[in-house]
Amino acid sequence: MSAADLATSPAARPLRHVSTRFLRSELRLIFGRRRNQAGMGILAVVPLMIAITVKLSTPSPGRGPEFFGAITSNGLFVALAALSIELGLFLPLAVGTIAGDSVAGEANIGTLRYLLTVPVNRTRLLAVKFAAITIFSLVATLWVSLVGAVAGLALFGGGEMTMLSGTQIGMGSAVLRVVMATVYLALCFASLGAIGLFISTLTEQPIGATIAVVVINVMSFILDSIPQLSWLHEWLPTHWWMSFGDFLRDPVAWGDLTRGLLTAAGYALVFWLAAWARFSDKDVTG
Amino acid sequence: MTEDSEFAVATAGLTKRFKAQVAVNAIDLLVPRGAVYGFIGPNGSGKTTTIRMLLGLIRPTAGRHGLLGKAMPDHAGDVLPLVGSLVEGPAFHPYLSARANLVRLDSVDRHADPRTTTMRVDGALDRVGLLAAADKKYRAYSLGMRQRLAIAGTLLAPRELLVLDEPTNGLDPQGTREVRHLIGSLADDGATVLVSSHLLSEVEQVCTHIGVMHVGRLLTQGPIAEVRAVSEPRARVETDRPEDAARVLRALGMTDVVVESGVVVGTLGTLAPDKVVAALVHDGVPVTGFAVAQPSLEDLFVSLTGEGFNVSG
Repeated sequence: MSAADLATSPAARPLRHVSTRFLRSELRLIFGRRRNQAGMGILAVVPLMIAITVKLSTPSPGRGPEFFGAITSNGLFVALAALSIELGLFLPLAVGTIAGDSVAGEANIGTLRYLLTVPVNRTRLLAVKFAAITIFSLVATLWVSLVGAVAGLALFGGGEMTMLSGTQIGMGSAVLRVVMATVYLALCFASLGAIGLFISTLTEQPIGATIAVVVINVMSFILDSIPQLSWLHEWLPTHWWMSFGDFLRDPVAWGDLTRGLLTAAGYALVFWLAAWARFSDKDVTG
Repeated sequence: MTEDSEFAVATAGLTKRFKAQVAVNAIDLLVPRGAVYGFIGPNGSGKTTTIRMLLGLIRPTAGRHGLLGKAMPDHAGDVLPLVGSLVEGPAFHPYLSARANLVRLDSVDRHADPRTTTMRVDGALDRVGLLAAADKKYRAYSLGMRQRLAIAGTLLAPRELLVLDEPTNGLDPQGTREVRHLIGSLADDGATVLVSSHLLSEVEQVCTHIGVMHVGRLLTQGPIAEVRAVSEPRARVETDRPEDAARVLRALGMTDVVVESGVVVGTLGTLAPDKVVAALVHDGVPVTGFAVAQPSLEDLFVSLTGEGFNVSG
């Protein structure tokens, strides 16, 4: 084609280069959907439950999962306790739902063919879909932390925070540590979301893709708990997730966290590329 | 594909094979610019598969195709913004309103100007008569309304080519008339329209060109008058002595003379119709009715395929 062709075309419309409209439209679809709003509500139940039950029970330090014993000393620990509980199933399920929906959901109701004929370039589609999954993961995880922090601070108060290493840091730094831990986990979940995006290009059943993500998540935890497979553990997608507690050491113990971030980046890259390889010349018949 | 812009759609040997079945078999589809091209054939004859290939949704097994003079799918990014399409029925997000669904389509279009979205969305909804129902959830829409919304989706931007796959499916007679009218007005604006249908009468009224698909093959195509000319006009004689009438018609040199329940039908050929009536009267055959009919597209289809307009296996 020549430039003259475009210029003389009666319907020529200039290409708008940098635009976040598609991404914003994705986010409106995700956060505007009743089902997803209900899901966010369920995610908020866990930190509330933790805060209330700890408040009502007699304190018994040293028992229960990590962070629980410390809650009465600083309400911010409710956020961390909620994350440590929800990282097993609830948060991966939430991200898996969005990721499973990403391509298969559009294929299932047929809107995928209309996106592609607008046209939306297939690579761009996958890039925007993954960006939306990552943003959802950040929002959902920060939401759990926020609800936990607010409920915890309301019931137990704040102040200086005692690190796992025993030293104390001020309230401002404590909040920053909690935010960092939350973002770390959100990025881990987003890498699981990349696996979900790939599975979502294989099927037209979004529920199937979501279930597959949850199965992979649970399998990974199971394999991680079998000592005979210790050689495999550091390569599992979920292996470094519990390391988020390392943000509560003074100074931050970056060793495992770095491994965790690299693992997440590796999974995200490999599965995004797999999704691209699968989707870029796939016949869209739905 | 060359930069041949005489044709809005051009394919060469376009083929799609699904495992054992050849859904589209080496078709050379040519849609001249400005035409309203009726792409007809029974359900399952390969129309939708062809349209999916044209738009780059599925990859041809063999052959080439171009839209608006540019090779597809290489130039999809340049060409498809000028193409409005309705493929395999409407599809929208059920829990969004009609308006929100169109805004969604517009916001993924890198050529769309966000400042004019509201105006263009409302304009498109108005053109298909849905403006009053714009804020209803898609889920609550009837099939006819959904079909109209899909057509509205093709009107969000000025188009040079519209590819409409069965646009009147699910519409009531009034809706069908409106869609026909809409297609006419789009063509008047200078757009080329490729409209597929399994309803022959629908196509007959609106198209300048037709292409006939049957079991994956394009049997014939061209300006509607030319395609029709292949089959000659037939004379129809009503009489109470059909056997005698048939004898007279055969004597005149008419072919394919058939008698069915008191009516005799035969191909006129070069014979003038008044000669036929004169000959019948001369031989004392009472004529209670006489008509010369251009064969319908359905007759044409039967003559091309040797079978009825049924679903191809």
